[in-house]
Amino acid sequence: MVRMNLKEHATNVRKNIIDMVFAAQSGHPGGSLSGADIVTYLYFDEMNINKENASSNNRDRFVLSKGHASPLLYGILMEKEIISTDLIPTFRQVDSKLQGHPNMNYVEGVDMSTGSLGQGISCAVGMALANKVDNSPNRVYAMLGDGECEEGQVWEAAMAAAHYKLDNLCAVVDFNGLQIDGDITDVMNPTPIDEKFAAFGWNVVHIDGHDFDDIRRGFDEARNCKGKPTMILAKTTKGKCVSFMEGDYGWHGVAPNKEQYDAAMACLTGGNK
Amino acid sequence: MAKVATREAYGKTLAKLVVEKDNVIVLDADLTKSTKTIEAKNARPEHHFNMGIAEGNMMSVAAGLAASNKVVYASSFAMFAAGRAFEQIRNSICYPKLNVKVCATHAGLTVGEDGASHQSVEDIALMRAIPNMKVFQPCDDIETAAIINAVYDIDGPCYVRLGRSGVERVNKEDYTFELGKGVILNKGEKVAIVATGMMVQEALGAKDLFKGNPTIVNMPTIKPIDTDLLIDLAKTHDVIVTVEEHSIIGGLGGAVVEALAEHNLCPIIRMGVNDTFGESGKPADLLKKYRLDSQAIANKVNTYL
Repeated sequence: MVRMNLKEHATNVRKNIIDMVFAAQSGHPGGSLSGADIVTYLYFDEMNINKENASSNNRDRFVLSKGHASPLLYGILMEKEIISTDLIPTFRQVDSKLQGHPNMNYVEGVDMSTGSLGQGISCAVGMALANKVDNSPNRVYAMLGDGECEEGQVWEAAMAAAHYKLDNLCAVVDFNGLQIDGDITDVMNPTPIDEKFAAFGWNVVHIDGHDFDDIRRGFDEARNCKGKPTMILAKTTKGKCVSFMEGDYGWHGVAPNKEQYDAAMACLTGGNK
Repeated sequence: MAKVATREAYGKTLAKLVVEKDNVIVLDADLTKSTKTIEAKNARPEHHFNMGIAEGNMMSVAAGLAASNKVVYASSFAMFAAGRAFEQIRNSICYPKLNVKVCATHAGLTVGEDGASHQSVEDIALMRAIPNMKVFQPCDDIETAAIINAVYDIDGPCYVRLGRSGVERVNKEDYTFELGKGVILNKGEKVAIVATGMMVQEALGAKDLFKGNPTIVNMPTIKPIDTDLLIDLAKTHDVIVTVEEHSIIGGLGGAVVEALAEHNLCPIIRMGVNDTFGESGKPADLLKKYRLDSQAIANKVNTYL
């Protein structure tokens, strides 16, 4: 039953993503859809975040280091009823709280302003460090893109997190294999990302980023690992659950037209998959 | 009295602050002995983190700490703090208006022997251009202590520009720092010299070389600049001369020109580094060569007295 609920929530998050990007005729659907199951699990089963404590920072926190997937973050906050779906038409429009890349001061529940790749993971390191200073049990989660791992700062952050033994930090790499200009191994091969993180001193866990049992196993292993941070390498599909977007890097930062929007919604309404 | 570098006063002040305030965290990038944050580390080691030679990461980590209710003092050389980590300061710290105080030492030509790669003469311009950022440059140890304590109470990001070389004390023990206010050190006539950092001492040191009695102003807050005082100076003097150990593009001179541009009151002469890189040398020799010592200031000012 729990798994059915998570699937339904994830489908709703995906619908929010498509609604936002379609309304704005702008935004990043591909990498938002690929991370939807992981983020749904985080917000519904892993993190201690809810409408009541959303504006506090005395709770688990999530940094969307791949800030261009903002529809994913806004979509999950809507599904958690922390922000209203009434905001959907304002996404990327003037005077909106829903900036193209997230602003922590505009949106309740957004834990860090991100968008410049590589910086979010460092911010998450800072939050985890603060929790250590305060002896706080709260945990910090970050989601990175696989293409984002081409940024040198990711590895500076990886070095620092291991150096300070931040076992309260868990980074997820949304490994969908594609970036704006194409296959990550063609553009600038960042692989093997898992071995690199391991070499930097991290605990590394592999999961299927669309299988909730496997996602649960990954976060359980991260929580149980002491003395070092955990990186979860999540194998995902860019554009997941919208058949014509799946595995096509062309959908990294392009909005669907009306016909494509209807087709996308049919995909999501049809299978609940 | 022995000369004291502003970075030394920073270290001493921070060592007290980190003990007094439980939410102060200090970050450094492998330069603790040079930036003097080692004093804070010795005072409260569990609140000091060495982030290694990775300034970009350090600034974003500072942002994460600040997003967790900490007031973060993050230090490196001005070149690598404002220069290398510019975009992290802009996007991780200033855009979300987080409580990070970037305290950058070894600013300007007087880094000396290390030469151009380490002589930041663009940092004021870079930091001043970022929304939400406030920019300060103390001239002596007294003012440094006052500013380091003052920025703790400012809600949001601050950039404090500090020097490597020892400087004479200008201010008295009872000096109180006022945010955004210039300080008139000598009230004179015809020429108003507006200086910042150790150029204040160079201007004061030219006293016997002046052919008259120019006004001398210390400008410790470069952003927000004291527009009211500048307008007053412009109305009561023939010319304003700005002096800074920074490029004439975008620094104190730039700020003064911008503040007065629409008022059309008096000519403004900018003394600084003339759109060029520095070089190795003893600080005094460099100030002489780049015409930023007392003699050069007197030569320039005397043409208007």
